[in-house]
Amino acid sequence: MLGFKPSNNDSVLDKVDKNMSSKNRIAEATMTINGKRNSRTITSKTWSEGTKRSFTEYLSPASEKGTKMLKLEGQLWIYSPSTDRIVQISGNMLRQSVMGSDLSYEDMMDDRKLQDVYSEKIIGRELIGERTTWILQLTAKVENVAYHSQKMWVDTARYVPLKQEFYAKSGQLLKKIEYKDIKNIQGRWFPYTLIYKDMLRDGKGTEFKITGIKFDQVIPDYVFTKAALKK
Amino acid sequence: MIKFLLKGIVHDRSRSFLPIIIVSIGVMLTVVLYCWLYGIIGDSIVMNANFTTGHLRVMTRAYAQKPEQMANDLAILDAGRLVEGLQRDYPGIDWVKRIRFGALMDFPDAKGETRAQGPVLGWAIDLLSPGSKEAGRFNIEKSIVIGNIPSKSGEALISDDFALKFNVQPGDTFTIFGTTMDGSMAFRNFIVAGTLRFGVAAIDKGAVIMDITDAQAAFSMDDATGEVLGFFDDEIYDDEKATSIATRFNMKFNASKDEFAPLMITLRGQEGMAEMMDYVNAAAGIMIFVFLLAMSLVLWNTGLIGSLRRYNEFGVRLALGESKGHIYKTLLYEGVLIGGIGTVIGTVIGLVLAYYLQTVGLDTSGMMKNASMMIPSVVRAVVTPSAYYIGLIPGLFSIVLGNALAGIGIYKRQTASLFKELEV
Repeated sequence: MLGFKPSNNDSVLDKVDKNMSSKNRIAEATMTINGKRNSRTITSKTWSEGTKRSFTEYLSPASEKGTKMLKLEGQLWIYSPSTDRIVQISGNMLRQSVMGSDLSYEDMMDDRKLQDVYSEKIIGRELIGERTTWILQLTAKVENVAYHSQKMWVDTARYVPLKQEFYAKSGQLLKKIEYKDIKNIQGRWFPYTLIYKDMLRDGKGTEFKITGIKFDQVIPDYVFTKAALKK
Repeated sequence: MIKFLLKGIVHDRSRSFLPIIIVSIGVMLTVVLYCWLYGIIGDSIVMNANFTTGHLRVMTRAYAQKPEQMANDLAILDAGRLVEGLQRDYPGIDWVKRIRFGALMDFPDAKGETRAQGPVLGWAIDLLSPGSKEAGRFNIEKSIVIGNIPSKSGEALISDDFALKFNVQPGDTFTIFGTTMDGSMAFRNFIVAGTLRFGVAAIDKGAVIMDITDAQAAFSMDDATGEVLGFFDDEIYDDEKATSIATRFNMKFNASKDEFAPLMITLRGQEGMAEMMDYVNAAAGIMIFVFLLAMSLVLWNTGLIGSLRRYNEFGVRLALGESKGHIYKTLLYEGVLIGGIGTVIGTVIGLVLAYYLQTVGLDTSGMMKNASMMIPSVVRAVVTPSAYYIGLIPGLFSIVLGNALAGIGIYKRQTASLFKELEV
């Protein structure tokens, strides 16, 4: 197995986290959900700070416009303009799909650094397209985690994931993510397109495309308040 | 001869008392258990039909694969035209649209934020159209604990247990948070019109009932419906008729490969229902068979004891020239008389008990707190016409069979040794 190890003693996950996590960021994205009957695209803007706070506003289509989500320290609220209500999402509801996509609220909530949650082991090497990857076996080292284990294919040169598989404790494959359009932005490699596939659902998966992202911006504190949901 | 035998039975109590008691107890148990079983399973079938399956159920093929998931993204589109076609092609059946859903029911505080919430199972039925029979099928009027049936759009009924848990009163507002037909978030505010208790633990844990038009608006299901249910006009399920209608309907779509083509399934054709219906019939048959067997063994034993006790009597009767066949025949007649008397007594007592259980019922809610099956928590017996004669077969046959088996010994007696035996 030593032959698979990266050139220095640093953790691969640490380097992945350095690319994927940031002090804060503001991103605009489109989410195309490919359902059984039709496909639809939702646009959103997200402000996030570290791993604890984020605020998302849905911009289109008209049926979703004005819907907002606030995540604070493991709690999630959704504001619906049609009912003028702020509804807290908790318990089993967190496992439900967001907007009919292949992402669950839980997936959106868990922004913790990988190395804080999983222990890593390099179990192989594989070519994905023209990129060489390490295959990392990640096993949860904490209790409150959505997926007991993961397999992650990490680009050996850019330390960015190219593919990820999520497993239940039973070993059942629950979800897959493919990372594409890797670009260098503000000194870090970052995937601009993520294709999610919930393996327990029918459908052709969800494409999450980042249309604009800025790291390390100044975000006012009021953005991460419940008052901001109704504004 | 029957009068003579009857006199013997009445006067010789040791010959008749025990067998009559045994037959009476056995017949009473048969009648009560039969009515009890019929009541529980019959109620469950009717309840399942009214709440879930209808007598006929139309869904898209994709939805029908796992109807329990209530996946409204697989719902029937252009539902109005489908219902019109069903009404035209299959008259004598009430075709109704239904939407079932799982959602979060959220009660707001003064600021409009979550005060309390919980998951609910939802039924959207035609509550507001004049002449709709849907409220009756759900027995809503009798199930209302406080408040009223919704009289206008935007009102809904919720489980009383849920209302008590979250301190909710009629007139309070709540929000349904679920998923629209195309997968978006569905939010809609409702006013609590009243609270309900159906006496079914699986539903009383958390349910909401609203008008179908409200659900169509909440879940963006304009002219769409999860299911279309058909109920025979007399509300009694006729399997032969239902099968014929479903076969004719499905033939129209046989050539289609579309997974959203409609599929009609009969009540009996739905998951678990055939087994449940067969179970009622099979259980009654098994019960009678087991009782017949058990009673026969008991009464055979009783007959054997009786025959041994009456060893001398049979010997004397044989010595006096009575034929073995005649003695055997009188033994069988005695069985018929004893069985008949026992059956009448047992049936009367059994019916009285069954009527009591039909009227009062037995509250099993304490045992069914976590039940997910649609079984009423107050279980009642049902006295059907067949309950009046169900005990006749085992009651009569068992003792006749018992006597017939015990009486075989008569034929083993040797006339030549009779006097020697009688001297002893």
